Amino acid sequence: MSTRVDKYATTIPDVQSKNVLKASAPKTTHRVEALEKFFGSASAAQDFGAATKGYVLDHLGELLQQFEQKCVENGIQVHWAEDAKEANEIILGICREAAPAGSTIVKAKSMATEEIHLNEHLEAAGFKPVETDLGEFVVQIDGDVPTHIVTPIIHKNRFEVSDSFVREKLGPKTDVPEELAAQARKYLRQKFHEAPIGISGVNFGIAETGRIVLIENEGNSRLSTTMTDTHIAVMGLEKLLPTEADLATFLPLLAGSATNQRITTYCHFISSPRKPGENDGPAAVHLVILDNGRSKILNGPFKDILRCIRCGACLNTCPVYRQVGGHGYQHVYSGPLGAVLAPGLEGVEVYGDLAKASSLCGACEEVCPVRIPIPSMLLKLRDEGYRKKVINDGIPWSLFEMGATRPFLWRSGLTMVPMAGLVPHPLKNAWTGVRELPKREGESFRAWWSKHEK
Amino acid sequence: MLTCLCDAFYGNVGISTTKILKHLGYHVHFDDRQTCCGQPPFNAGDWGHAREVARYCQSVMFPDDRLVVTPSASCAAMVREGYHLLFPDEKPPMCYELSEFLTSVVGLSEWSGTKTYKRRIAFHRACHGRAIGVSAQAEMLLASVDGVELLPIENGDQCCGFGGAFCVVEPHLSERIGHEKVRTLLANEPDEIVSGDMGCLMHLGGLMRKDGTRIPVRHYAEILAEVI
Repeated sequence: MSTRVDKYATTIPDVQSKNVLKASAPKTTHRVEALEKFFGSASAAQDFGAATKGYVLDHLGELLQQFEQKCVENGIQVHWAEDAKEANEIILGICREAAPAGSTIVKAKSMATEEIHLNEHLEAAGFKPVETDLGEFVVQIDGDVPTHIVTPIIHKNRFEVSDSFVREKLGPKTDVPEELAAQARKYLRQKFHEAPIGISGVNFGIAETGRIVLIENEGNSRLSTTMTDTHIAVMGLEKLLPTEADLATFLPLLAGSATNQRITTYCHFISSPRKPGENDGPAAVHLVILDNGRSKILNGPFKDILRCIRCGACLNTCPVYRQVGGHGYQHVYSGPLGAVLAPGLEGVEVYGDLAKASSLCGACEEVCPVRIPIPSMLLKLRDEGYRKKVINDGIPWSLFEMGATRPFLWRSGLTMVPMAGLVPHPLKNAWTGVRELPKREGESFRAWWSKHEK
Repeated sequence: MLTCLCDAFYGNVGISTTKILKHLGYHVHFDDRQTCCGQPPFNAGDWGHAREVARYCQSVMFPDDRLVVTPSASCAAMVREGYHLLFPDEKPPMCYELSEFLTSVVGLSEWSGTKTYKRRIAFHRACHGRAIGVSAQAEMLLASVDGVELLPIENGDQCCGFGGAFCVVEPHLSERIGHEKVRTLLANEPDEIVSGDMGCLMHLGGLMRKDGTRIPVRHYAEILAEVI
């Protein structure tokens, strides 16, 4: 039985597949060049990234304590959420206290809030969340879901975006990207003026100082976190760095891996709410630290997936992702990252099949800035899934094992190879549907060996 | 180590590997009890049966510290990396991929063949080399053969979509990835397509023949042996 990703491959519109392939493949090439240029050695930067995030995971309890203490000293209000439900309740509680129902809430791009489906909860409570990252904004007005953790509309092209903007009466039809950006900008500016609350994610939390670091290229995160009276940041509990000095590597490592930049256009270092005498910034900053399955992963065989800094490089380089984009994975986190994180967060029983949607080519591990061994994790997930009967290829491996451990059976099997075309098997159709069957070519090695070498 | 695909279909790859090693002065030994490294059930998630096959392979192929060479990065990676996952408390055996052996152990940087092989070649780098540090070694040796022209490939490091059982268990993904690879390999009109893994070539060759493209697919070992 093939996976949901393979089934999706039969339904994906051609234009979507082309959009994803066209946008994802060059990102990988440029990324390698960018990291080599910035660091002299991409490999050394990856080693540092892996070691630092590994240290964070090994000392997560104490670093989180230190981080919370520093945040509180800075005047940031810290909340802990065990799961999505609790996170949504906490955020709704803050919103209700800060602004009347019906208020606009501006949102900066955040995968953590996608993960807990925050917008649905805000809307159900009468608030009007507005995504202000251009890609997320398009996703929102289209009633779509992001297909990439960094570039949410990698599956769309500018013509489709213009169609959406015309439909929403944001401006006339155009295929000029700058004009499209201007149309969205005009609409979103108004929302920034209206909104009393801004919600963001967190790229890095610095344990040493209690600062929240956000990076972006559009400026919408700055407006979401400074023009509003209340800023709520939502952070997965693994997103810490020990010290400020680590940013010297991690800012270019993340920007280089994600978008081939040395540093993003904007970097925000948020250390407190507005202080007396200051003219701008929110009066209150809340930080919601989200577990939602992470501590369960931390104590299991897939711990290293929590090193992830959400750069999206593994998606861009994955041959499967390049064909189908993120929708096929049916989870907020897609691609090689999602194939490990989704079953990790929600159980092998629910998302174990994603581990099969991989040719195990190893490109993801090669590009990962924090060296997550994704291919061996996919193999371990297959082992677990097979034992729990979540995945089954329908191939009788016990028969294979019998033949492969008995040389006599193996050799007599080989004599049948020329007749393989006569054997009916459901999986054979999966081969012959698109490929010709292989034939024995030339002399068999064993025959040659016994004639010439024995 | 012959590999099961060369055992079943592509005998000449094993014959060529033997000729190459003998040409370099090595004594080649073939144990006819050998079968498979265990990768198919391992990749499928059936680690119980994979362990049985791996144990058998270990007993036949790796009873002592003899040098084991195989014309497949995939099988070499299975022995070196896969066995480590199957038996985490044991040091996995060493198994060299052929081009890795020729460059790292023998120390070659060019091939000592004397004949000319005048072909425009699109070379597909098999992905499992990534796991064991095998990348451009075979291309380096091929490029030194008189007459060989290696063509540039767009997104050349991308997988061909074979992936073992992946190609039948996830047939639509495999087909899409394979067609994209065929498109990029054929873009510069090569005379033949060459790789270091018969799995990739069986899949790519099958796809192309179904589409009516009759272009030869070959293992680089066959070329190196032919020009001796």
